[in-house]
This record gives sequence, structure tokens and C-alpha cells, in this order.
Amino acid sequence: MNGRALSLVKTLWAVFFALGILSVAVRFASGREIAAYGGYVPWGLWVAVYVYFVGLSAGAFLLSALIYVFGIKSLEKIGKLALYVSFITLLGALVTIFMDLGHPFRFWKVYTRPNFFSMMAWMIWLYSAYFLLVVLELRLAARRDLLAAGSRGGWVAPLARLVLFNHTDTSEESFAADRRRLQVLGMLGVPLAISFHGGVGALFGVVGARPFWNASIYPLIFLGGALLSGTALLTFIVAVFWSDRGSEEHRALLGLLARATAGLLVLDVILQWAEFSISYYAAIPAHALPWKMILFGDYWWVFWIVHVLFGLVVPGLLLASPRTRHSLAGIAVAAFLIAFTFLSVRVNIVIPGLALEELAGLKTAYADSRLHFSYFPSFWEFGVTFFSYTFVMLLFYLGCRNLALLGEATAPADGGAR
Amino acid sequence: MAETLLKKRTFLKKALGGTVGALAAAGVRAAETKAPKVASSPPAPEVVPPQTVSESHTARMQEELRRALARPVEQRRWGMVIDLRKCVGCSACTINCAVENGLPPGVVYRPVLEQEIGTYPNLARRFTPRPCMQCEKPPCTPVCPVGATFSRPDGIVAIDYDQCIGCRYCLTACPYSSRTADFGDFFTRDVGLSPDQPYEQRDTFEYHERRNRSRHESPVGNARKCSFCVHRIENGLLPSCVTTCVGHATYFGDLADAHSAVSELAASPNVMQLKEELGTRPRVFYLL
Repeated sequence: MNGRALSLVKTLWAVFFALGILSVAVRFASGREIAAYGGYVPWGLWVAVYVYFVGLSAGAFLLSALIYVFGIKSLEKIGKLALYVSFITLLGALVTIFMDLGHPFRFWKVYTRPNFFSMMAWMIWLYSAYFLLVVLELRLAARRDLLAAGSRGGWVAPLARLVLFNHTDTSEESFAADRRRLQVLGMLGVPLAISFHGGVGALFGVVGARPFWNASIYPLIFLGGALLSGTALLTFIVAVFWSDRGSEEHRALLGLLARATAGLLVLDVILQWAEFSISYYAAIPAHALPWKMILFGDYWWVFWIVHVLFGLVVPGLLLASPRTRHSLAGIAVAAFLIAFTFLSVRVNIVIPGLALEELAGLKTAYADSRLHFSYFPSFWEFGVTFFSYTFVMLLFYLGCRNLALLGEATAPADGGAR
Repeated sequence: MAETLLKKRTFLKKALGGTVGALAAAGVRAAETKAPKVASSPPAPEVVPPQTVSESHTARMQEELRRALARPVEQRRWGMVIDLRKCVGCSACTINCAVENGLPPGVVYRPVLEQEIGTYPNLARRFTPRPCMQCEKPPCTPVCPVGATFSRPDGIVAIDYDQCIGCRYCLTACPYSSRTADFGDFFTRDVGLSPDQPYEQRDTFEYHERRNRSRHESPVGNARKCSFCVHRIENGLLPSCVTTCVGHATYFGDLADAHSAVSELAASPNVMQLKEELGTRPRVFYLL
């Protein structure tokens, strides 16, 4: 990325981060009065953003697991990056959903008052375990960098030493042992990530009151979406930020990631078609009406323009065309579009499932600004979302600076300059 | 059939009550004429008005409520029967419920659904009050991640406001949209007025707990729903929606008592429940 583009990105980031901080402050000062959702559409943009981020996290993690468990040499260089991306996107998800809770400071009750029949409780327990696992794996994968950061000084040093705890052995044998441990943790992580993100799909799928969600394909479609969006995000990062961009090694790595993204895009289209065609064909209103809302409702553009055009068609063409599929810019644009427009898929799962009257006459039964079936996020909801995005970007920047995520050589742990 | 029986019984009670009352009054008058005058102006005879339909129904439900409360809580099954032929769609139940439970903007426990049926000239309007169905198999309770919502031994689906984390998963799981959420709104504050009106600052007593929303504590931030006014019924009072129903369309009582009005009416051939096919077994019945 050239200097002008970088300064533009930094300026934009600062503006959105400031707006995000302000929105978070307003959220905590006034409660959830600032949100536009209500009693009949009780989940909104924040839940969609949460699902989007956990999808990115699970997708990036599954890719890292493939690398560590199956020893895919050609992708080995992005193992640490994949782990770090899964870690920061999970943090982004947790920050967003924290804002959404009516009593966020009671979240610990999920551990002390367990309800074993609740899919949401299972999802939270699974991602808690997943969070720990990602931290442990990251600690092993980035130990050389943490050792270097710990010996350099500055505010990162105590943090790095805290993460390392007393695991400061710098012998090659200890690093070899780390790799073996990573493999074992990765093996544990695969079923955990699958059940965790499949569980997010099941959280929607088990709601029998909402026929639009109540489909057994949900856990699978969530996993497919996670793999696609997570891989696309990593592809974009590798295309734009990699240290030796343009080198033969970089091109080979990017080519492989681009092919994986293209394959996962096809898989995702198949899964989405299976879900859509079966619901829509049956023409039972409770199943088909949400789809009609998605295709022809007030927010048709979210599906047709954001998802289909910019999330599927344009990146699909870029990744398939012989002229662009080997080009760095082509791959970068395609991966960016897939990864960032994937939020529209999450929005179109959460909102249409709720925006249908459960009983005829409910819409007009009681006049109230929160008791309606149309929903568009408020200014402050967007603001809080900006905070989540810019927070994740900040963590990414800090990670890149300190953990040699982008294929750079790790600095020696003896305090030598990077 | 049960409805007819109930009507017949009511009619007989009224007729008998009226006859006995008239005979008694006549007797009093006859005795007065025969008795020697002791005072210059005798006291006016006490006129006993005949019992109205509403009083007899309310009195019966009140008596059944007392009977039910004498039994242990696990032997009660509170239920409601709403006669749609009698509902005039006045929404008095909706409003009184909001007042009784101190409901803020965005929260409603008992809206009245209005539907137009048919086309002119064969046209009708149907009003369907929709409290919480207090399902025997509630889909809203298993989804709660912290077990803050549960079926009480008497069948009422309750919320523990101090445990609820405000995730609103239960709102999505209710097939009747019977749950809404308290987002901390206030009627006057939301239209730019200050301070909050006294009605927004007063205490509420849902689930026998004294609470005050103006402190921005629970139930602010919680899921909320109709509790059949459990704080009233356990103090011998009928739910507020029952007492305000101008058409006397809402019956309340113990379904575990075979002789209660609700048990008799729930066994009518013209009874139905909302979304029966889901198998949630609502304890709210509708007469068509």
C-alpha cells in the first residue's frame, strides 16, 4: 500500500474510531434507548455484526487448523496470521454483542447458572473454550515474536511477558516442542471451531417459532459462510499487506488462497441455493414471505446489490477470468468484496426471520415506536458498529507491528532492532 | 354446551335471586302494614337489586380463586378463556394491564388484535385479545441461557428479572410474540418532557417484587411478559384485564378445578387455541 493510500486509510480510521467511541459512550450513558430495534424485531445490526465477526473468526481458525494439523507447507507462513485474525475478530464479535445485551454486566451468569437446554448457552461455553484455545495456540505460534517484543521495551513488553508467563526458553528444541503442541491444540480446535460456529447456526435453527430459521441446513450454511468469509479476509490481507509482495513465493501463496476462496464461493452459492430454493418452492407463507422480503422488499438492494452483485458476481468474475485471476489487484478486490459484503448475508438472516407478523393483526394492534416489523439501524447503532470494526483494525495494526504476522523475519529475542 | 349451561345457570340464579328478592321485599312491605306504628316515620325498606350477569360471573370467579388459593400451589393450573363473541375491541384490558404493571413504551402484555373478515356486505370485525398463552410446553423457557425464565408449579411462565441478561432470545422463540423487551424508554422523556410523570415513577409489584423503573434498574433491560397478574391473584384478586373487561369476555380461574368456569368453558365444542398445531398447549382458550 503506498503512502497516500495509507494516510487516507489512517484518517478514515481515526474519524470512524472517534465516532465509534462516542457511540459507545452514548450507548452506556443512555442504555439501549438509542437502538432502533424493538419488541417485534428484537435483534438488529449488532447481532448481525456479531454473527459476521464470529464467522470470520471460525473461518480463519479452521484455515489455521488445516495448516497446523495437516501440515500444509504452502500455507505454513500464514498460520500465525490466521490465528491472530481469528483472535481479533472474536474480540470484535464479543465487544459488539456486549453492547447489545440489556444487562451486559450479568454475562457471567451464563457460567454460574447454566441452562443445558439453551443453544445460546452452549454457543457461549463453546466460544469461551475456543477463545482460550486460540490464545494458547497464538502464544505458541508467536512465541519468538513475543520473546522479541518482551525484550524490546515499551508498553508492549510487559504485555508480551505476561502472555509468555514463564515460557521463555529460546532453544530450538523448545520451539520444536511448541510446534508439536500446536498440532495437538489444532486437532482439538477443529471440532471445537466446527461445533462453535455450527452452534451459532443452530442457535437460529432451533427456533421453531421462526420457520425461516428453523432449517437443518443452518449449522452447515453457517460453517460454509465462515470458511468463505474467513478465507477471503486472509486472502485480502495477504494480497495487500504481505511483506514481500510480488515475489514468487507471495504469488504462489496468493494463488492458492485465491483458488480456495473461489472454491468456497461456489460451495457457499450451492448451500445458499439449497436453502432458498426449498423454502421458496414450498410457497408456505411463513417460509416464503421472508424470502420475498429479501428479494423484493424495502431493502432488496442489500441482497441484489450488496450480496449478489458485489459479494458474488463481481468477485466470482474476478476470480474466474483469466485476465484477473492471477493479478494481485484482481484477487485483492475480489477477496475484499467477499469478506466485507458478507455482512449483508448475516443481516439477511437475522432481520427477515423476525420481520414477519407471528399473528395476523399484531402490526396494528398497539401503536408504539418499538412495536413494528420494519427495522433500519439507528445512527448510534451504526456508530457502535464502526467502533467494533475500527477496534479490530487497531488490533490488526498492533499485531502486525509486534508479531511479524505478514511473513517478515522475526527479530532476535535478545533485544535487537527490527 | 358448557357456555349454554353457564348461561342457563346464571339465568336461573338471576331469576331465583330476583324472585326471592321480590318476595322478601313484598313480605317486608306486608309486615310493615300489619305492624303497629312505633315511630312516626318508618325506615325506608332496603331494596336489593337483582344480581347482574357481570356480578355473578365475577363473584363466581372470585369464589373459585379463593378455593384455588386454599390448595397448594402445585395443585393449581391457572387458565384463561376469552369469548371472542363478547369482545368489543375496546382495549380496556390492554390499558389497564399497562397501568397495573407500569408498562413503558415498547412493552405490551395484552394487545387486542383486530381483523376484518369477509367483504361487503358480509363483513365482520374480530377482536382477539392476546395475553401470554402460559404454555404447558413453552418454547421460550428452554432457550434462556441462564434459566431466568421458567414455568412455575402453577403453570405461569415467569421471568426472574434479577437473573435475565437481556439477550432477547426468548422473544424470538415465542410463537405468539407475547414477549417484548424493556429498553428503558419513558413516555414523557421520549417526547422531550421533564421530569417524568408520577405514573412513571411509581412502584410496580410484578411477581410480588417492589420495583421502580425510574432508577433504571430491572425490569429495565429485561424481557417482559404477562404473568396473569400473579401478584394480584395470589392476593385473592382477579387479573386486571379480567376486572376491566366491559363485555365480560375474559374468564379466569383454575383449570385443575373441574367445577371452575374456565374448566367448563375450555371444554366447549367451539373452543380453540392459537397455533394449536405447534403443540405448545396454551392455557389461554378462545370461544368462537
